[in-house]
Amino acid sequence: MIAEYILRFVIGGVAVSIFAVLSDIFRPKSFAGLFGAAPSIALATLGLTVWNQGSGYAAIEGRSMIIGALAFGFYSVVTCQLIKRLHIHSLASTILAGIAWFSCAFLVAWLLLS
Amino acid sequence: MLIRVKLSRLGETQWYEYAVRFMLGGVMTILAGLIAKLFGPIAGGLFLAFPAIFPASATLVEKHERRRKEKVGLRGTQRGRDAAALDAAGATVGSFGLAAFGGVIWLVVPTNVPVAFFGATAAWALVAAAAWWIRRVSRRMR
Repeated sequence: MIAEYILRFVIGGVAVSIFAVLSDIFRPKSFAGLFGAAPSIALATLGLTVWNQGSGYAAIEGRSMIIGALAFGFYSVVTCQLIKRLHIHSLASTILAGIAWFSCAFLVAWLLLS
Repeated sequence: MLIRVKLSRLGETQWYEYAVRFMLGGVMTILAGLIAKLFGPIAGGLFLAFPAIFPASATLVEKHERRRKEKVGLRGTQRGRDAAALDAAGATVGSFGLAAFGGVIWLVVPTNVPVAFFGATAAWALVAAAAWWIRRVSRRMR
């Protein structure tokens, strides 16, 4: 159990770091931003999910990940608007926009998947 | 050139900034697993696309851009915020790629696991790059 969580931690940390480095080195900035929406957590998690729970379980996760991704799109639009129009600091904007992710993700998942 | 690689930018990131991103990635991966275990695969799947790392990344982008401008004697606050907003705009476009990743996993993983992972990663890269290019071209035509 503990070994599994350590493995998850290491794989997740490595996956996120790789995409973060890619985001650092690519230009223009709008292209580098693509790596902000990279499937780093998904790559780290889904392999272990298939191993532990089977591919059917992973497929269900993949399906709801589509909704999570669309909520991510909405979240980043809100973040961009908070920074550009309301001149809010980026950290505060990204945290505030979290409300947008939660409401969008859970509302759409409830409407489509419940 | 349309897309450039600037390896010199790696030197601007401090060791603790890499450590923070590593820690956040590790913690979020554990949390995603726990959420799936506690609430099932539907809620767990949503959190595979949770923007956990994005606040740290956007803050670093703003900080680095501000520092760069202040080094040459300019006020970097606005440029830093513009850079963070551009990063967020890129992430908006990238979210289409993230959705494509989830879609390929959903459809292919029950039949062939390795193909599903390679296909999903390729779909993410292709869809994200194509969406970025379409956005760029459409903005230029305006």
